[in-house]
Amino acid sequence: MAELGERQTLEPLILPRMDNRVRSFAAAAVCLFLILLIPVAALMAGSAGVAPDFTARLVPPDWAHWFGTDQMGRDMFARTAKALTTSLWVGLFASACSVLIAVVMVLVSAASGRWMDALVSLAIDATIGLPHLVLLILICFALGGGPFAVTLALALTHWPRLARILRAEVMQIKQADYIISARHFGKSWAAIAVGHVLPQLVPQMLVGFVLMVPHAILHEASLTFLGFGLEPTSPAIGVMLADSMRYLTAGKWWLGLFPGLCLLLFVLCFDAVGNGLRLIFDPRTAQT
Amino acid sequence: MTLLSFSGFGLSFRRYHGLLASCETPVLNDIAFTIGRGEVVALVGASGSGKSLIAHAAFGILPPNARMHGSICLDGQPVDERTLPALRGRRMALVPQSISHLEPLARCAKQLRWAARRAGRPTDRETLARHLEAFGLDGDAAKAFPHQLSGGMARRMMMAIATVGDADLLIADEPTSGLDDENAEIVLSKLRGLADQEKGVLLITHSLAAALPYADRVCLIRNGRMEGEEAACAFDGAGEGLRSAYARALWQALPQNGFQVAHHA
Amino acid sequence: MTRPLAQSLAVGLAYRLGRLAVVLLLVAAVAFSLAKISPIDPVNAYLGDDIARVGPEQKALIAERWGLNEAPLTQFVRWAQNILQGDLGYSMIYNAPVSEVIASRFWTSLPLVGLAWLLSGILGFALGVVAGANSGSWIDRVIRVYAYVLSCAPTFWIAILLLLAFAVFLGWAPVCCAGPIGVVPEDVTFSDRLRHLALPLAALTVFGVSQVALHTRAKMIEILNLDAALYARAQGATKLDIVLRHGLRNAALPAVTILFASLGELFGGSILAEQVFSYPGLGQATVAAGIKGDVPLLLAITLCLTLFVSVGNMIADMLYRLVDPRIRDGDLLTGGDHG
Repeated sequence: MAELGERQTLEPLILPRMDNRVRSFAAAAVCLFLILLIPVAALMAGSAGVAPDFTARLVPPDWAHWFGTDQMGRDMFARTAKALTTSLWVGLFASACSVLIAVVMVLVSAASGRWMDALVSLAIDATIGLPHLVLLILICFALGGGPFAVTLALALTHWPRLARILRAEVMQIKQADYIISARHFGKSWAAIAVGHVLPQLVPQMLVGFVLMVPHAILHEASLTFLGFGLEPTSPAIGVMLADSMRYLTAGKWWLGLFPGLCLLLFVLCFDAVGNGLRLIFDPRTAQT
Repeated sequence: MTLLSFSGFGLSFRRYHGLLASCETPVLNDIAFTIGRGEVVALVGASGSGKSLIAHAAFGILPPNARMHGSICLDGQPVDERTLPALRGRRMALVPQSISHLEPLARCAKQLRWAARRAGRPTDRETLARHLEAFGLDGDAAKAFPHQLSGGMARRMMMAIATVGDADLLIADEPTSGLDDENAEIVLSKLRGLADQEKGVLLITHSLAAALPYADRVCLIRNGRMEGEEAACAFDGAGEGLRSAYARALWQALPQNGFQVAHHA
Repeated sequence: MTRPLAQSLAVGLAYRLGRLAVVLLLVAAVAFSLAKISPIDPVNAYLGDDIARVGPEQKALIAERWGLNEAPLTQFVRWAQNILQGDLGYSMIYNAPVSEVIASRFWTSLPLVGLAWLLSGILGFALGVVAGANSGSWIDRVIRVYAYVLSCAPTFWIAILLLLAFAVFLGWAPVCCAGPIGVVPEDVTFSDRLRHLALPLAALTVFGVSQVALHTRAKMIEILNLDAALYARAQGATKLDIVLRHGLRNAALPAVTILFASLGELFGGSILAEQVFSYPGLGQATVAAGIKGDVPLLLAITLCLTLFVSVGNMIADMLYRLVDPRIRDGDLLTGGDHG
């Protein structure tokens, strides 16, 4: 299964001559910078990308409009920047909630014994046993779409993989001598979970969080593309690509190419940052 | 007649130190010894002293972050990346340390055939069955997967696989670990027998006492350094014939010599 | 050895089937409650454009007949009972029993998903083995960049790119559907079918390949660093020898496992690919059911997919234990969670 812990890295390919780790950190730093640049670009664009300009409809890319304009004359570059900013917020917020769900689930199952543990593992199985996208569609169907629904749907669907990783970690920690001795001193499992186990999970949580964001962003775009996510009027990659479908056969290629390409680069950047973080927090993968 | 020689041999690993800095950690230093035809040379050292790395270095199967210096020669020819392909399996063979070195998903007979093919030896069923028989292994053992064999059988199977290429030099890495005395004896006398057929045997072990009856010479390794080379027959009496203090201390500390802890070591 | 194996197999299977039933029940309950809290009114969704011509009394009548006024739990129990009796309900948007809609859509989707599954397995495994065996070389880099970038790319965007390149600009493939427009499905020729299948299949395969390739590559590198591969080198085995005898033997099973375990993602991908190419399969029906509020269809598809994906996960899990002789001799149940 495509676990978060088994992801491959790209950075060694970008700067082949530097040392492995220097390279990874450099890539992570550059990518972080690029990610932070997007909201700034969106802010600087002002009303461009949102306000229609019917004198400049469907203009191919040129110097004034780097990515061209859409059917309502909106600048695609500014619109893409705004869309990615939305994606960023949705992705960050949803992932944070998802990590929280995973941690609470795992800690509760660790603190309250066999039955709860079986229940959590069943919940993980049930969530994984359903295609992500179908569950997302169901939740958005239930909540009627919009940014809130999307964020909640993403938060409710992305926790199982991290929960599995954390659960394995907790199992290990629970076996540690000092935990067992704390138990003998009469500390309750709840106190141990919060006092001893939680702090040890922080690195995994952080790495899991950053690596979860790209997944969440991709799913948000897919969901919006299918018509279940963000409103069809808001600037979002999914909306832009869904709209572009009507103009592709007429040869308006830029409508389909750029938003997707930017989304791809955005996701790659996040992954690079996540891998840089893992290098710091997870020394096991850092040994070679 | 020198078969294998290590001279001025050392080994270090490149490791990460903190987040970005890397450093070289030396593991072996100044290793020098020779093995002649008809000889069993025991390489004795505590666990973790880097003995197995010496075997791996001879076969060129060290991990990629290892750095080697000094020279290893077989029949006077340097052993390196260029010459190794023609040497491995054909001129020198390894008896691996543990069962994990056998392919877990293939039956033993198959692996024996692979080893024979890799060494360019006949791979027909009769020859191989006869070879197994010499190690007291029957058809059932051949049909088993490695994990299904008992400890002693697994060790004999590894010996069989290592010797099927009829190499001149045999390096046995801890061939008696985990074996009871009886099985250990079988394995060691097999190795002695090979040496008596004019082959060279390097016996890597942590147990001086077990190696002595079968070895001609003993090289002692401590903390990655050679602590002297002794004739096996010098380990006798109070150890007056031993040249190095470490060897004497080791000898006197053996159970049959009354666990004397030497003060001058 | 055979008796304990059969026994532990039976016990393991029974355990897993029981668990599967519980998972299905759980998904059914969750899906049903989600559908219940949806702001989309099923009666309005059913009436669609006819809504203006229907008075509130008639709407109430329909709601009454569908049992929408009863307690949610009663509704759920009745719905579950119907499902267990094989009655999946009636699809409003397709105006046909749900079971018929799903069956016909399934047969349209099967060649797409099935072929994509097979192709991504075969190609992904081959690429992964080549990359892993030559790790660090240029060919490894090429494969790694390809697989890595594509695993991060949105599936529907890849589909759009393929559509742009091959259907719009090159004109090699049709832009939509499973057959030429205006031709009844029964009359569509095999070659036409294939032409319409090509692009969605390519989009889905490209996505699947990258997953399998990345995992096989990682596995391959791991295997080639194991003691057994190391010892094979010491025996004088060539690289090809080691890859063929040790690498393939050990990497095949994880690849098959991944393939079974990734069924969920494949279905997700097929929803997107079918949407882009207007391919009338199960995925498109899912989207239509969700958009237009066809609850019986949406719930039935959810359950079917859950069954499919969970069985896939189950097979993956059991394969893992069954084929490896080291685990086979032990208990099939030990270490229930290997993921």
